[in-house]
Amino acid sequence: MTPRRPREEDFTSPLRDNRVTSRVGLWLGIAFLVAFLTGVFSHYGQDTPGWFTYPTGPVSIYRVTQGLHVLAGTAAIPLLLVKLWSVYPKLFSRLPWPPSREAAIQAVERLSIGVLVASAVFQLVTGLQNTTHWYPWGFSFRSTHYAVAWVAIGSILVHVAVKLPIIRQALPQPLDEPAEPVATREPSMSGSGSGAHSMAAPSTSAPGVLSRRGLLRATYAAAGLAVLAAAGQSVSWLREVSIFGVRSGEGPQGVPVNRSAEEAGVVDSAMDPAWQLTLAYGSTTMKLSLADLEAMPQRTRSLPISCVEGWSAGATWTGVPVADLVARLGAPAESDVFVTSLESSGAFSTSTLPPQFSSHPDTLLALQLHGEALDIQHGYPARIIAPARPGVLQTKWVTGLEVLS
Amino acid sequence: MTRGVLLGRAGFGALGVGALAYGAWLVWGLGSTQWLAVGKWLAGGVIAHDLLFAPVVVLVGVIAARRLPSYARAPVAIAVVVWGSITLFAIPFLGRFGANATNPTLLDRPYRLSWLIGLVVVAAAVVVASLLRRRRER
Repeated sequence: MTPRRPREEDFTSPLRDNRVTSRVGLWLGIAFLVAFLTGVFSHYGQDTPGWFTYPTGPVSIYRVTQGLHVLAGTAAIPLLLVKLWSVYPKLFSRLPWPPSREAAIQAVERLSIGVLVASAVFQLVTGLQNTTHWYPWGFSFRSTHYAVAWVAIGSILVHVAVKLPIIRQALPQPLDEPAEPVATREPSMSGSGSGAHSMAAPSTSAPGVLSRRGLLRATYAAAGLAVLAAAGQSVSWLREVSIFGVRSGEGPQGVPVNRSAEEAGVVDSAMDPAWQLTLAYGSTTMKLSLADLEAMPQRTRSLPISCVEGWSAGATWTGVPVADLVARLGAPAESDVFVTSLESSGAFSTSTLPPQFSSHPDTLLALQLHGEALDIQHGYPARIIAPARPGVLQTKWVTGLEVLS
Repeated sequence: MTRGVLLGRAGFGALGVGALAYGAWLVWGLGSTQWLAVGKWLAGGVIAHDLLFAPVVVLVGVIAARRLPSYARAPVAIAVVVWGSITLFAIPFLGRFGANATNPTLLDRPYRLSWLIGLVVVAAAVVVASLLRRRRER
């Protein structure tokens, strides 16, 4: 037998059926939609367009949306694998020849499927790698993951539009009935394929062979187990069962760390006893030592620290409300406040508190965590903690606050 | 096609084309220094799945269908779907590629041991399920 390229009709498993594809696809679509919406919310939290006001509450909003984001992406991995498996033979179907209008339509559809698969795999792979801090690529993760998210959700919507007649037919159809190859399958492109399907179709009832229902249950079980394995970093009571959680939840002062003082290069500057906070508003500047800050009225609040990567931890912070520092400068309460870190470069080195946060009584320049001075890994001597905000904006090792007019 | 399906198609299609166009514009805006790196990973995912991962799964399926006794096929297939996809998901954990000596709070669980225990549990479940099915078949 001489090897040849496979043809669509070489794949005879009756599990590759529109009823399986459409059911897995429905859940996959939901997972991608959840990840898309929560991802856009997070992106707008970090890179806020003018028309969007990021909410200051409920305080847990970001830990919930980012937990959902990562878990939806995790569930999508087994779903996408099984969905692609169920339609893999179509990769080998031939376009009609000679060129015709029908061939052109099919070519465009094949191209759109290519974009769909590329963008969907890209989102799941890069997202998973980002949660584990693994960056073997040369592009900027955040802007790329955001741009390709729009490509992915757009391709999914176009795909649903193209397949809607098949979906409408296959979704309500009972799983146990034998397949009706001509009616439920797409028209076979080579014409000779339907025979193979009709021969193979009823064989799911043969003993020992997995049924369509069995395959679906296995797929949902895989998605559920993947979620359970990852969820501990978002849902603390699942920590012990989450065998593939990025973080156990342990850390200095009982709180995990995203970026260490060593990575940020601030070990010496943060521990320097001569550290001062520089406050600025227009031509007014003010320098406060740690003792000066400790002498101001302190406020204690329980606020979660929630990362874009899906992990979060509740913690009790004590420090000076940023609004008090703004008032001390004689600046208007509803102002943007630009925060600078001892960390000299990179995405973590600065952040801006928009007015709803700088004036919020719970936005603190925190000096303590759980009643002790901040660990250096948590931003000693002072860090920003604001309710509901993405962790990347909770700037650590703060050295300056500037009220922007 | 009914009117509802036609309207649904138009709605999904218009939303989809709009989102796609915005995404393409955003990708364009990443700049020429990023396109090659992004393109490599976009194409790489398709190639890795279609030409590497999927053929291996198909081959495993063909071998299993020929070599495995009928009573073991469904349990093995379920185990491959469940533990195979979990394993693929677990690669960054098993390799600890993002581990960082200065941040011990990251990747701080015994992932390889957990994976091995999971594998043993799944294998044991396959054996038990296969034996039960064999008894039923007789």
